[in-house]
Amino acid sequence: MPRPAGLWPGCVTLLVEPVRMNSTADAEPHIYQSNVTRPIAVDVSKVSLTFDTADGKVEALSNVDLQIGGGEFVSFIGPSGCGKTTLLRVIADLQQPSSGSVTVNGMSAEQARLGRNYGYVFQAPALFPWRSIEANLKLPLELMGFSPTEQKQRAARYLDLVNLTGFERKFPWQLSGGMQQRVSIARALSFDPELLLMDEPFGALDEIVRDHLNEQLLQLWAKTRKTVLFVTHSIPEAVFLSSRIVVMSPRPGRITDIIDYNFPRERTLEIRETPEFMAIAQRVRTGLRAGHSYDE
Amino acid sequence: MPVARKARRTHPLVKRSAPVVTIVAVLIIIWYIGAVLMNLSLVRGGFEREEAPYTTMELLEGTMSAERPLLPAPHQVVGAFIDGVFGYAPTAPRSLVYHSMVTLSATLLGFALGALLGIVLALAIVHSRVLERSLMPWIICSQMVPILALAPIFIVVLGAVGLQGLLPKSIISAYLSFFPITIGMVKGFTSPDPMQMDLMRTWSATPRQVLSKLRWPSAVPYLFASLKVAITISLIGAIVAELPTGAEAGIGARLLAGSYYGQTIQIWSALVAAAVLASGLIAIVNYAERKVAQRMGARS
Repeated sequence: MPRPAGLWPGCVTLLVEPVRMNSTADAEPHIYQSNVTRPIAVDVSKVSLTFDTADGKVEALSNVDLQIGGGEFVSFIGPSGCGKTTLLRVIADLQQPSSGSVTVNGMSAEQARLGRNYGYVFQAPALFPWRSIEANLKLPLELMGFSPTEQKQRAARYLDLVNLTGFERKFPWQLSGGMQQRVSIARALSFDPELLLMDEPFGALDEIVRDHLNEQLLQLWAKTRKTVLFVTHSIPEAVFLSSRIVVMSPRPGRITDIIDYNFPRERTLEIRETPEFMAIAQRVRTGLRAGHSYDE
Repeated sequence: MPVARKARRTHPLVKRSAPVVTIVAVLIIIWYIGAVLMNLSLVRGGFEREEAPYTTMELLEGTMSAERPLLPAPHQVVGAFIDGVFGYAPTAPRSLVYHSMVTLSATLLGFALGALLGIVLALAIVHSRVLERSLMPWIICSQMVPILALAPIFIVVLGAVGLQGLLPKSIISAYLSFFPITIGMVKGFTSPDPMQMDLMRTWSATPRQVLSKLRWPSAVPYLFASLKVAITISLIGAIVAELPTGAEAGIGARLLAGSYYGQTIQIWSALVAAAVLASGLIAIVNYAERKVAQRMGARS
C-alpha cells in the first residue's frame, strides 16, 4: 500500500506522547482524531443475558455497560465463552437480553435492525452459493427496494472498495476464502449503514491474508468513517485495528478492562514493532490473564 | 532396452458403456435360461397331448416361441413391443403408443397436482409449528394404507360425484406422489444455515423475502431429488388406478386384459412400455435439474 507522504513523521510524534491508556484518564486534546466527536452510536446499559442449558443456567453476559461514540473502532477481545459474540448479537437484535437495554443510533436495538442501521459480517462469508458475486452484493439492496440501476452502481462501487472489480460474474466457490470474506464485507457496506458489526471476520483465514485484510479494513474505516465493532481472538489484530479495546472474561461474561488509545487512522503493519503498540498489547494480555480462571 | 508397449486406448464410449452392456448381456442370458426352464413342461405337455414325436431341438424351439408362455423369451417381448409401438396407428386400440399416452396424461396431471400439493403442504409445515404437529401424522398415515386398497374406493366415490376418466386416475397418482415432495421440501426449506437466516434478519427481510430469496433456492436440490421419486410413483399410481376401473385404455388396462386372457407377452410388452415411459420421465427431470443447476452456478 503506498503510504501518504508525511504521515509517518506525524505518527512518530504521536507515539512519543504517552499513550492514553484509560478511558477515565483526563481528556487531553486529541491531535489526530477524537473518539467522541459524533453522538453516542451504541449505548449498552446494564445488559445481562442468561442462557438455559442442559447443565443449568449460564450467564453469558453480566451487567455489561458500554458507550461507543460514532466513528470509533472498538475491538472486543476475550477467551471463548466470554460473551463477546453474544454482546454483538444483542446489539444487532439477533438475541434479546434478559435485562438491561441497548440503544443504537438513539433507537432501540430492534428499531435499529428494522431500520437497517448496521451491516453484520459473520465469521464465515455466508455468501449465497447460487448467486454470482454481483448478485450476492445486490441481495440486501434488492430486499431494501433499491432501483436496479442503483443496485448495479452500488455493487460496482463496493466491489471496487474491496478490490474485487472483475469478479462480478464469478460464483462464490470460484473465489478464495479471503476474497469471499471481502465480498461479505462489501455486502455489509453496500447499503451504507452507519455501523459495522464484525464477528471474528478473519478468524478462519491464514496469517498473511489476515494481515492484508486488516490493512484493507483500516483503509476502509479511514475512508468511510463508519463505527466498527469488531470481535476477535487475536491480540495483535485488536491492537492494530482499534481505537478502543474492550477486554472481556467468561463466567460470567463481563467487561474487565477498556483500553482507549489513539493511533492515527492511517497506520501500517510496521506500527506493530513500536514500543507503544507492544505496551498496549501487553496490557491486553495482562487483562485477559487476570480475567481467565485456569481452574479447569 | 525398454520394450515399447503398444498403448491400448479404450474408446471413451466403450469405457462408459461396457459395464452396462455386460450387465444387460448377463441378465438376458439368465432370462433365456429361465424361459427355457419355465416353459419346458408346458411345451412338452403340448407335444405329448398331440402324441407327436419331438426332438430336443424342437422342444427348445418351442420354449422360445410359445404363444402363451409362462415366461416369454426376451426376443418375443421385444418383438411384441416393437410391433405394439410401430405396427399400428398411434390411435389404434392395439397400439402401445396409444395406451402409453393415456397413462402418460394421467401421470403428468397427477404429478403436477402432487407436486403442487406437496410444496404447499411443506410450506405450511415449515411456517407453522401447529400445522406441523397437526398435519404430519396424517401425511404419514396416508401412505400407510396400500394404494391398491384405496384406489377402488377413490374411483367409486369420485364416480358418484360424476368424476370419471382422467381426473380420478390423476388424483390417485397425486395421492401417491405428493408425499416424497412434502418430505423433501420440508427438509429443503429448513436447509439454509443459521448464519444465512441471521443475515436475512439483519436486513429485516420479510418472511416472503426469506422464502423467495433464501428458502426456495436452498430447497432446489431437494426439490429435484424428490421430483425424481415422485414422477415414477406418479406413473405407478396412474397404472394402479387403471386396474380397478376396468379402464379400456392405458398401460394398466393392457396389463389387466393380458392377465385375463393369459397373454403373457402382452403383459410383458406393456411392462416394457411402462419402463420406457418411466426412464423418459426421469430423463426429463434430470435434464431440467442440470439446466437449473447450471443457472445456479453449480460447479460442473
